[in-house]
Amino acid sequence: MSLESPLLEIDPLLDDPKARIIVCCGSGGVGKTTTAAALGVRAAERGRTAVVLTIDPARRLAQSMGLTELDNTPREVAGIDRSAGGSLHAMMLDMKRTFDEVVAQHSDPERARAILENPFYQSLSAGFAGTQEYMAMEKLGQLRAQDAWDLIIVDTPPSRSALDFLDAPKRLGSFLDGRFIKLLMAPAKVGGRAGVKFLNMGMSMMTGTLSKVMGAGLLRDVQTFVAAMDTMFGGFRTRADATYRLLQAPGTAFLVVAAPERDALREAAYFVDRLAAEDMPLAGLVLNRVHGSGADQLTAERAVAAAEALEDAVAENLADPGIVDLPAGKADPDASDVPDETRDRGGKDPQDRTELLAAGLLRLHAERMQVVARERRTRDRFVSVHPEVPVVEVTALPGDVHDLEGLRAIGLRLGGGRPAAA
Amino acid sequence: MTGKGGTGKTTVAAALALALAAEGRRVLLCEVEERQGVAQLFETEALPYEERKIASASGGGEVHALAIDAELAMLDYLDMFYKLGRAGRALKKLGAIDFATTVAPGLRDVLLTGKVCEAVRRKDKAGWPVYDSVVLDAPPTGRITRFLNVNDEVAGLARVGPIHNQAQAVMRVLKSPQTAIHLVTLLEEMPVQETMDGVSELRAAGLPVGAVIVNMVRPVLLADAELAEVAGTENSAGGAAGNGKRRTAVAKALSQAGLGGARRGGVAERLVDPLLAQAHEHAQRVVLERDQRAEIAGLGLPVRELELLGDGVDLGGLYRLAESLRRQAVAPIREDADAPVAPDGDDAYAGDAGDADEEAVDEVFAGAATATRASTDAEADADAADTEAEADAANNEPEV
Repeated sequence: MSLESPLLEIDPLLDDPKARIIVCCGSGGVGKTTTAAALGVRAAERGRTAVVLTIDPARRLAQSMGLTELDNTPREVAGIDRSAGGSLHAMMLDMKRTFDEVVAQHSDPERARAILENPFYQSLSAGFAGTQEYMAMEKLGQLRAQDAWDLIIVDTPPSRSALDFLDAPKRLGSFLDGRFIKLLMAPAKVGGRAGVKFLNMGMSMMTGTLSKVMGAGLLRDVQTFVAAMDTMFGGFRTRADATYRLLQAPGTAFLVVAAPERDALREAAYFVDRLAAEDMPLAGLVLNRVHGSGADQLTAERAVAAAEALEDAVAENLADPGIVDLPAGKADPDASDVPDETRDRGGKDPQDRTELLAAGLLRLHAERMQVVARERRTRDRFVSVHPEVPVVEVTALPGDVHDLEGLRAIGLRLGGGRPAAA
Repeated sequence: MTGKGGTGKTTVAAALALALAAEGRRVLLCEVEERQGVAQLFETEALPYEERKIASASGGGEVHALAIDAELAMLDYLDMFYKLGRAGRALKKLGAIDFATTVAPGLRDVLLTGKVCEAVRRKDKAGWPVYDSVVLDAPPTGRITRFLNVNDEVAGLARVGPIHNQAQAVMRVLKSPQTAIHLVTLLEEMPVQETMDGVSELRAAGLPVGAVIVNMVRPVLLADAELAEVAGTENSAGGAAGNGKRRTAVAKALSQAGLGGARRGGVAERLVDPLLAQAHEHAQRVVLERDQRAEIAGLGLPVRELELLGDGVDLGGLYRLAESLRRQAVAPIREDADAPVAPDGDDAYAGDAGDADEEAVDEVFAGAATATRASTDAEADADAADTEAEADAANNEPEV
């Protein structure tokens, strides 16, 4: 008996003019990027002016959307059916460039140059852990402010955990408010303030320690950097806060993406809790790569028994049964332990050949039914914890998606089998 | 151990640690992503920032585990190198540790790799390495080169001073023949593509690549002829008429096996189309997987395969995977064009060390029973090497 959860209706979500941002999140390897791209294609073909923002070093979205290059500007995706009046743009986040742009926008040219040339900055902006998340939020804010699209679909960074994306703005904020930053900037600032003496003593001790640990050169670079960035920090913080609020706003919907595997669904369950705790609006769960069977009336056990019967019959037909020794009553339906000899020899007689083919089909079916049962159990575990979360299941495609046709096929599954046109 | 998200890299890292721990060895399994994946796999409570034994292997072997926390590693580091117990805490209060571990360029990664290398180099009172091998469940393929190379970058930033020296020391370990970076993949396009990209990045950065481990390999359930038949690539059946004939024959066979009537609309007859459709998908997948195997083979690296465990990986499954790795001798494997330096002239490094054709060298020692790619000599040496490796102080291996 499997548990039921409400169906996640993707099309109404895509069609709702009040829906302005859809965030796809989930752990790595669950098809997040593909889902984001497929949603983009479907939304565009249903009439939305959509843009897909992806943050992915492997440039997979680029491939699946037939673009050879995704830079930091949204590019129109060719081949979209525009008959419903929609369009699709796609872009991939270029962290360094986004960071550089922010610097250039928010400081005078001289200061901007000082920052851009600072070795500490160059390392920071090239994408160490964390920067990606900050810049993703920054870019999302920018796209939203540009107001050129009525729907922004965001694919989240391939973080160690899906939660990093949510933590980024807060971490940035707490860092910028941190006393350490103030301390680093202190030499430039303390003059004339009350308590200077105490601060200075603390400062010289700290600077001494830091310079001992970091090496004087690095400390100087960091201080120069922090001083140069000083004027921008306020702006950073304001925008990070604004983006965070944007994520809580009614126009935003989160889709948690998962595959029917234990780890992916565990991560999804964490994420659902976390979104609730942060007051972020969850639309539902997209369960990718789910297997089904058109012959699910036939159980794995019966299929294996039937396969064995056929294989035994073929083995008996063979002139020299001594060679073939089929174990009787195999309990493990996984095992396909028909000796190759049987297959080879049976292959000569058309009747045997058909029977072996049928046996093979049955064993394959048994394996499929086991996969189906396993996925169902994993899914049910999630559903029993979160019975209120709407779910849409996307059946597995045999191969990977790397063209618009494939994305449409995924979109069709997301939309519950109805064609894209509204 | 690295790999694309979803390929099971933590599982494979844990299985490798178990495999390396066989025959009484001591192995440290480190995780750096604060996910507690190792604890879940070994079905234990969450790991603290403290090395503790989590599993036993044959002959008294032990796997210890450590979840490295960047912040604690920082305090650890300050304390160890500068005796900064109190000042360290003061730094923490000021938010300096936060700064260092979340925002400062790569410092987080420096701390994580630094801690791993410290474990590699740690010696007991008698001067033997505390661990025979150290396995690191590293960040995913997309970030691995930057993660491991971070010390080079930091050494460039901090041009002098203790951080510079520390970073360089870490880099020396990571680039030494003691290290092997294994990549986990699935037989699917995207993970394979990412593996190819990852390998070229690692090679370009001069980091030592080990083996490609293909995880979750599914069995092929149909013979070649049958695959060809259902894939429709073999034309002997010939067109629609042939298909119809085949359908009827299969329906008859199913009926014979007791699955109902073969007539049109009969129970067995209605099974034929869905079963053939499933077989068609299976055939497509098999073709796809063959292509992916060919891609992987093109890398010229040792390749190991681990079967898909149907019901997910529990503790028993983990030991099965470890056994499979041992049989395939994945324990220390390294891509090495140059002859690896066998420390102290020890012959623990078996195999054609100086093979000029850049054939990957399987160094068989950590209890690996057979080597599929190593020379027969290597196999013969394996047992002898076993005991000697144990006594070889310089032979502990960080496995990444």
